[in-house]
Order: sequence, then C-alpha cells, then structure tokens
Amino acid sequence: MRLLRISANFMLAISAFCFGFADDAFAQSGPLKIDITTGVIEPLPLAAPGFIAENAESAQFAEALSSVVVADLVGTQLFREIPKEAHISDVTNIDSPPQYIDWKAINAEILIIGSVLLDEDNSLEVKFRLFDVRAERPLGDGVRFKAGSGVWRRIAHKVADAVYSRVTGETGFFDTRVAFISESGPKNDRTKRLAIMDYDGANLRYLTRGDEIVIAPRFSPDESQLIFTSYETGSPRVLLINIETGGIRPLVDLQADEMAFAPRFSPDGRKVIFSLTRSGNTDIYETDIDTRVTRRLTESAAIDTAPSYGEDGNWIAFESDRNGTQQLYIKNLAGGEARRISQGEGRYGTPVWSPRGDYVAFTNQRAGRFHIGVMRLDGSEERLLSSSFLDEGPTWAPNGRVLMFFRETPGEFGGPELYSVDLTGRNLRKVVIPLLASDTPGNRFASDPAWGPLRN
Amino acid sequence: MKIMKIAISIGIIAAVASCTDRSLMDMSRQGASDPSGNGLGGTGASDSIRQGALDGYEESSPEYFSNSIGDRIYFLVDESTINTDAAAILSMQASWLVANPGYTALIEGHADERGTREYNLALGARRASAVREYLVSQGVPDSRLQTVTYGKERPLAVCSNESCWSQNRRAVTAISLMPSS
Repeated sequence: MRLLRISANFMLAISAFCFGFADDAFAQSGPLKIDITTGVIEPLPLAAPGFIAENAESAQFAEALSSVVVADLVGTQLFREIPKEAHISDVTNIDSPPQYIDWKAINAEILIIGSVLLDEDNSLEVKFRLFDVRAERPLGDGVRFKAGSGVWRRIAHKVADAVYSRVTGETGFFDTRVAFISESGPKNDRTKRLAIMDYDGANLRYLTRGDEIVIAPRFSPDESQLIFTSYETGSPRVLLINIETGGIRPLVDLQADEMAFAPRFSPDGRKVIFSLTRSGNTDIYETDIDTRVTRRLTESAAIDTAPSYGEDGNWIAFESDRNGTQQLYIKNLAGGEARRISQGEGRYGTPVWSPRGDYVAFTNQRAGRFHIGVMRLDGSEERLLSSSFLDEGPTWAPNGRVLMFFRETPGEFGGPELYSVDLTGRNLRKVVIPLLASDTPGNRFASDPAWGPLRN
Repeated sequence: MKIMKIAISIGIIAAVASCTDRSLMDMSRQGASDPSGNGLGGTGASDSIRQGALDGYEESSPEYFSNSIGDRIYFLVDESTINTDAAAILSMQASWLVANPGYTALIEGHADERGTREYNLALGARRASAVREYLVSQGVPDSRLQTVTYGKERPLAVCSNESCWSQNRRAVTAISLMPSS
C-alpha cells in the first residue's frame, strides 16, 4: 500500500507547461488535420527521432518514452512511422528549428522531437515539439512535463495525447486506464479478479484475490473508485472500491432475497444506477451515494437491466424484454414513458451512452452471432462494428471515438479477450495484457472492460 | 429427461421396496473359480444368475434428494416456464422438503452462454424464482427457501453447442441442514 500511495503522489505531480519559440509565441493549428469521423484514412507519415537524452542517466527513459509515444499514435492507424534508418537529419537540440528539407525528403508530414532529463531527485523532465513538415512550421507550442520517473509511461501517453489532439482536433485517450475482469481456470469454475491497467495493457494490477465471482467494474468520474458486482456474500450485490487504498464498502444493504448488479456512476459521480432483483423481477434503481436514499426508476414485470446515464445525467438508456425480447430503451428521469430505440433484427442489450452524447453503443445478437454496434439516440444510423461467436459489453474511450469490448471464443478451452475498435468500425485490435511474474501459469482471459476517464 | 426418469424410478423402487436381499449376489461363483479354467461357464444350479438391488439411499438423506429425486430442472432458451418434466421433479422435491423440515434450500438459477451477462443474471433470477414459487405452491414454507442467480457465470457443461447449452439452462435446488435450533 505504501508503494501505491507514493506512485499516486507522483501522478498528481505531473505538471505541464507550454513553451514556444521566441518568434512564434502563439499556438496555431496549421493546415494539417485528420478528420477521423469519416471514411478510410491514409495514415499520416510520422517521423519520431528518439528523444534526446539530456544526460547519461536519461538514456533509457528517452528511448522507452519515444517508443511508447509512437506505439500510441501508430496504434490508431491514423499515423505510420517512417523508420529511423531512413532519417537524414539528427536531432540534437530540442530548441533548434528542424531541417525541414531533410524531413520533406523522406515524405514526413509530422515530426515529433523531444528531450528527457532525469534529475538527481529521480524526477523526469520531458519536453516535446511537434512540426507540420510540409507547412514548415510548429504545430502548436512545445510542451514540458515534469513528474516522478515512476510515471514515465503516463508522460509518454500525455505527449501522444497532445499530438493526437493537435492533428485530429479530438481529445486524446492514451493517458487512461481500463478496469476489467481477469479470468483464469477452467470454463466451469473460472477464477475472476477485479483488475486495472493502463489502456495499452501496461501496469496491470489486481484489486481482488479471486475468492468470489466479480463482474463488470465501472469508474467513478473522478477515477478514484470503481463500482462492481461481487458474490462475496454468496449472492450478487454492488460494492464500491477505492482504487488506491483498496477499501471496499457496499452501495446499499439488501434484503435476504434481493440481488443487485449492473451498476454505473452518474456523470456527476453522486449517484449510482443499477439493477435490483426482488422476487425474481429485475428493475432499475438509483441510489444517492452519500445519503443512500434509493429510488425505483422502472416498474415492469419484465427484465429491466444494464442501465447507463446520458452525459447530462437526466436521461438513461437501458435494456428490457417488456415487449417480448431484449431491446433498448431510453427514459427521461424527470418522468414519462420509456421509449424503445432499437429497431433492427435480433436482441439488443448493454446500451452505453457515448461520453459525447451522440451515440449509444450496444451488444446485438442476431442469426446466432453477436455484434458490437452503435446507433443514434432515436435508433437511426445503426452500424454494427464487429461480429463473432460472442462479442459483448462495449465501453467508450473518453473521447467517444474508440470502443473497447470483449470477444469470447467458443468451446471448452475458449475464453474472452479485450478488443478495441474505432467508432467507424476500422482498426479492430486485440488488447494484449502481459502476465505478471506473480501470475500462476495457465491461460489468462479478460472480460467486462471499463474505459476510464482521461487522467489529469 | 428419459434417463432422469429412469433414475428416479430406480431410486423410488430401491427405497420403497424393503429389500431382503441386501447384497449383490455372486453371479457365477462356479465359473469364476473354475480350477480347470477350461471354459466360459460350467453346468449346474449354481450357474443361475441372481440379482438383487443395491442399498438405496436413505429417503431422508441429501443424497436421495440430489440423486434419486434430482436436484435440477432444465429450461428452454430464454424461458423460465416450468415444463411437465420439471414439474414432476419439483413436486417430489417439495414432498421431500415437507417431509424433512430440518432442511432449507437455496435455488440457483443459471443461463447458457448465448446471452449478455446482465440479462442472463436477470434470467437466472427469474428461473430460480419460478422454482421457488412452484415449491411454495406445493406446500414448502417460503421461509425455508432462498434464491440466487449465477447467470452464465457457472456453466455445468463446457462445450459451445446446444448439447451443452441445454444442460446449462437450469435451476438447481441445493439443500442444507438448518443450523441447530
């Protein structure tokens, strides 16, 4: 725990400052821009010479940092890296303007240069500048980050977020974490553990030991807590866990025959919406975390579950089989009837409101296959983004442009793994989660991802 | 289902019939110990095959409940309706629970893997509740029954086709002795 607290303090200590060239003090967006909302995109050629190590001790960080930055950017398929062997210029000083002609000669459109200084107090100072090679000018101001060396990957993600943001005009999503369920053991007796990692699979750690079934963690908006479903008492109920301290408490007390699951925080972090089952009937409830006052939001004899707040907290999306099969509905919390929005073929579940408010992501089951899809709030513009034996449980990146979900392979030895896909349906990728040294051998699966907010 | 019914019938016969012959008889003593070893069976009265029932479970034992009556019933896809086969088993479960008031039952509802996680939790709860209501209708005091849903979290059969899914869409009545009163 002590180590955790220290690292938390380091995280808080990341500070960023902008700096420009003396004669170019104003940030400018330049003509270069990728529109990521439409069509097939030709990846932008990117030159990223290794970051300059300001002293010998910085060398390993410099190399590792720049490779994480490149991995983040190339992973979006919006960029492709020009191999370093092709570079003509060497970059030795972050403050000298680049030799544009050398970068043009290798068809680079974007140039990222950076420097790393490891201080004696083990803090890292990282600077970077971004250039629009064709226009021969900086793309925004240079930025300087300072933080403990323990969070070097986060600094790299922040650099990549800044690059992504300047080139696409969208907020980035690299300096984020993902909570999920780590699974191991045989299919009929899975060990399930609450786990958290960086969005790219680094810095994995477990938050529960695996003694009981745990399900579907969700982040609080301030990222300090997770809410999830646990069988700790033998029956599903909703628990809150403080990510740094590991402290756990129940959301609400349940009667002997009540079960609670599928919780999510409200956008202001003060309430939780979830499903409560009483006498076999599942409805949706909302609890104020501080006062613990609970109110019932749906009253039907049907299964009403998997609720998700809209970005303003006044609307919810949920699934219900009130009209015979599992379908998606939205409802205004101020009152009024729930309105069905799913109109396509098959069954629809797990609606998740986009953080931008423009789409609902869902799981669709049709003709024996499962799909992740998105639709507008009125059900129009439905688009299926994936298809397999079992794709389930979408979660949005904080910028609302990328989704993560889990895909389960069939059979006795099959199991779930995490995937990400762009809102456009492009760039379907498996999220690789490295094993920890302390992990027991054997297969390792992952399900129920929850993509956290962009970190401060 | 057919197998289940046969098993139940054997169980009932074994338990109801007061077996005088409580050991499985040696089926062919002569042949087995034939010192000449020259043939598959000899001649004589001792060659007749005799048959007897194995000991049945004590009717009041949890093993009798689980194995002879059957502790689980099955459901159709996305359904929680108790069909006739299931009703027959549940009626016997109810009789047993009424006859053995020292036991409580936890009814687990399960679903197959062909549904989303939350929906399957709710579906499992619906199935467990359907069993509970049936048992109560047959005279089991509600206070001795509890339900829990496992959704698709604890499949029994692990293949990914209907032969396994049909076994996983189930409700299991798990009995336990009440804490000493």
